Amino acid sequence: MTAIVVLMLLFLIVCAVAVCLTRDLLTSVVIYMSFSLIMSVVWITLESPDLAITEAAVGAGITSLLFFLTLKKIHAIDARNEVRRRHAQQKQDKGGASGNA
Amino acid sequence: MREKPEGLLKWAHAFSAFMNAGDERLDNDLVFSQVRDADQDVYEADSYEQEWAEHEQEEKQEVIERLERWRALKGYRAARRAYALLCVTICMIMIVVLLYTVGSLPAYGDPNHPINNEVSARYIEKGLQETGAVNIVTGMILDYRAFDTLGESTVLFTGAMVVLFLLRADAQSHKYSALAQTMKDSPHSETFYEPHRDVILQKTAMILVPVVLIFGVYVVLNGHLSPGGGFSGGAIMGAGLMLYVTAFGFASIRRFFTYKTYQFVVLIALLTYAMSKCYSFYTGANHIESIIPLGTPGAILSSGLILVLNICVGFVVTCTMYAFYAMFRKGEM
Repeated sequence: MTAIVVLMLLFLIVCAVAVCLTRDLLTSVVIYMSFSLIMSVVWITLESPDLAITEAAVGAGITSLLFFLTLKKIHAIDARNEVRRRHAQQKQDKGGASGNA
Repeated sequence: MREKPEGLLKWAHAFSAFMNAGDERLDNDLVFSQVRDADQDVYEADSYEQEWAEHEQEEKQEVIERLERWRALKGYRAARRAYALLCVTICMIMIVVLLYTVGSLPAYGDPNHPINNEVSARYIEKGLQETGAVNIVTGMILDYRAFDTLGESTVLFTGAMVVLFLLRADAQSHKYSALAQTMKDSPHSETFYEPHRDVILQKTAMILVPVVLIFGVYVVLNGHLSPGGGFSGGAIMGAGLMLYVTAFGFASIRRFFTYKTYQFVVLIALLTYAMSKCYSFYTGANHIESIIPLGTPGAILSSGLILVLNICVGFVVTCTMYAFYAMFRKGEM
């Protein structure tokens, strides 16, 4: 049991450092989500199931969801991919036009 | 001297192209396709990848230039040294203070821990008898410390209000741009800010949403018997509503949950909470017997007002969580 707790605490530290060091915002939100999930298991081992439920619902669920929505709103999720997609689409369009001609 | 305005102009051009691209990214429906068609000739000439790379290059160049100008200044080196020194010093001080504090804390589960004083002894010994709640945490939160919980609910409610003020897209407002107005009036406005109807998500949500909602209700109603309570159950139910909206869209949820429903439910719940707490504070402070029976501990209808308070908190939290989601997502409910 102690070994599992120590392992989870190590995971927590790794997650906390990784959140700071990740450059991609989406990835760091996902890592933060996993931090909350591990934290909720740690709460159970500390015999506070009330906190565990709240941590899982709010920390891992709703907070991350709001982060995702904010990232979507400021176009931080798909800026690069969108440019690539449009470029590919245009290439295709041009190819189709030349094929017809 | 001539080069500088030209460079700036080029940069401004790249920037405006970038901003337009940002606008166009909104086009997950047909509303913008016409605009895009109109703009096609503007974009046709350039390769987007090239444009993006150019823009990035320009931005990097700008930053590098600014850095070089800053490096040419006299105070640069001294400021940098001082900044680095300050950073390291503050971090070291924080680490040492925190480690020292952790080291001098009593061990976990120590019987001589200072928190094991007469307050917690009283809660543990007389909690069940005085509040009727088997779950001692709920008994503490909603009976002994119900005033704190009222404050917490109000903080959450205030937060939702602020989000409403800041993010609500009000079509009547003059600040509301013409573009947003057209988007609102367009036949596709219902799906504009929503994902495309995803079959996998809809089928999953059809199975999951009832389970999640019923589990939330269970957690709320059993708050005085088992772990959980109004806040956790409310958050779970809010998550269920969010899943429903994500899968089926705002049009479906408006059949039973509108802005008016939100206002009504939250107002009634907060008022009920405040009134029932007024009653128990009044009787408690004046040593009057409360006429509300505590019931048998362990039964679902027990522990007096705690069940009512849990339900109220659950409603407030559910509605507020959903309101957060709707405001962030769409700007309206």
